[in-house]
Amino acid sequence: MQPAVKRIIFYVLLFTIWQGAVYVFDVSPSLLPAPTDVFASLYEGFSNLTLVYDLVASFRRLFIGLAIALVLGLLLGVLLAKSKTADETLGSLILALQSVPSIVWLPLAIMWFGLNEMAVIFIVVLGATIVMTINVRTGIINVPPLFIKAAKTMNYRGFRLFSKVTIPASIPYAVTGMRLAWAFAWRALMAGELLSTGPGLGYSLRFASDFGDMSRVIAIMLLIMLIGIIVDLLFFQRVEKKVLKKWGLATS
Amino acid sequence: MFLSINNLHKSFTNNGKTELVLSDIQLDVNEGEFVSILGPSGCGKSTLLSIVAGLTNATDGSIELSGKTIKGPGKERGMVFQQAALFPWLSVEENVMFPLLPEMSKKEAQQKAHQYLQMVQLSAYTKHSPHEISGGMQQRVAIARALAMDPALLLMDEPFGALDEQTRSRLHEIVEKIFLETKKTILFVTHSIAESLKLSDRIVVMGTQPGTILDVIELDFPRPRSQSKEELLYYEEKIQALLKSEIDKVTEKEQKNAASR
Ligand SMILES: Nc1ncnc2c1ncn2[C@@H]1O[C@H](COP(=O)(O)OP(=O)(O)OP(=O)(O)O)[C@@H](O)[C@H]1O
Ligand SMILES: [Mg+2]
Repeated sequence: MQPAVKRIIFYVLLFTIWQGAVYVFDVSPSLLPAPTDVFASLYEGFSNLTLVYDLVASFRRLFIGLAIALVLGLLLGVLLAKSKTADETLGSLILALQSVPSIVWLPLAIMWFGLNEMAVIFIVVLGATIVMTINVRTGIINVPPLFIKAAKTMNYRGFRLFSKVTIPASIPYAVTGMRLAWAFAWRALMAGELLSTGPGLGYSLRFASDFGDMSRVIAIMLLIMLIGIIVDLLFFQRVEKKVLKKWGLATS
Repeated sequence: MFLSINNLHKSFTNNGKTELVLSDIQLDVNEGEFVSILGPSGCGKSTLLSIVAGLTNATDGSIELSGKTIKGPGKERGMVFQQAALFPWLSVEENVMFPLLPEMSKKEAQQKAHQYLQMVQLSAYTKHSPHEISGGMQQRVAIARALAMDPALLLMDEPFGALDEQTRSRLHEIVEKIFLETKKTILFVTHSIAESLKLSDRIVVMGTQPGTILDVIELDFPRPRSQSKEELLYYEEKIQALLKSEIDKVTEKEQKNAASR
């Protein structure tokens, strides 16, 4: 059987069991609404545009945060790869920060920027910059020395050597870094919105929760999941695959 | 003299221990000459070539090319490594254009690249990616790329070491043809006696620990060398005897080392 067919059957079964269980055990909608209620809420959210506004607001922050993080991560990654002193000092700090979920910075961010978008964007930037930095650094450090030697015999040196050999040679790592940065940014954004102000998907989720509207809560959860999957599958994994193939690194 | 290597010494320091790898290398190469460097593994052939390429600094001594002291890499010296070292993000044609692009237009570079790809019989593969062609073809691209700079001296470090026998002998023909057509000076590292006898005007036989020149053998035979099989046999045996005593020396040292542990 095709994996896609298996998957469809699995999800149909899952929703059927969910619906059946809610019906049979007469579960209160404030505990677990039926899937039909969730879909109805999703439909309502899109037809009255509230979810669309949330999406736009969330994506705006995401893009701002991710753009800053990618540029910053690229610069920091280059710095760490090129300067031993920076790597031994700043590098250790960045590795240490990696083990801290960026959301724990929110109280501080709110103190610094106020209870507004800036604080959320700060959380997004922090989460995404660290993975991007680490990947860019690894990519540059792992450029095969033979490439550098070969280019040197062809009279490439200094900035030209860096831009024509080092950078392209480390692109597979940078692309993986971007994919991880997006994943981190998306999670950080939702957490940030959930705990601060709106508009945005995370904020609407908390709002719905405050009013006991579990159908809307689950509808937004589904939406967060779908976007996460779609962006990763349809964009990043494709780009990654293409790059790996072009760089001759694909393993099939 | 076209290329002269004078009193060259090179030592590496590993874990605080300094080891002399090349000792008093003295070699003159004429313009248009094909010189092979032959020696057991670890005798410092790659190191020597890398110093001539300007990628490694000598500990002592100097190298002059057309009267100028070599201080770093330069366009007048092209290098082919044991692995093709092609850039995977560029096509075959773009790889050959790579050394040309800084100083000419894309169109000119492309034209030149095609010319050299034709020389190595790869005109049909200009748009392929390096990983889409075989190892022998990759090595031919690397040769075309080195030739594209039009270097006066071509350095080749066991360029066919990783290839099978048939591919190797086909590439020998291509290299010999290029050598005769372009009249480049070639410094060719190998550990195959047959390869060196087939291609060289002179063979520099190196000994090891430390790397020194044991003997330089002149081969004054017409090309292709397949005509003079009998005569070459004498040289083959001579080189074999030279190398055998070297390898015995290494084995003896190794045993002593093992015993003292
Ligand atoms: N960068 C380096 N640092 C320390 N030691 C080195 C370095 N490069 C080479 N050596 C040492 O120098 C010696 C000669 O190495 P080299 O690669 O020149 O040998 P080779 O003759 O090319 O051998 P092969 O035929 O196996 O390629 C070896 O003992 C090696 O361990
Ligand atoms: Mg070698």
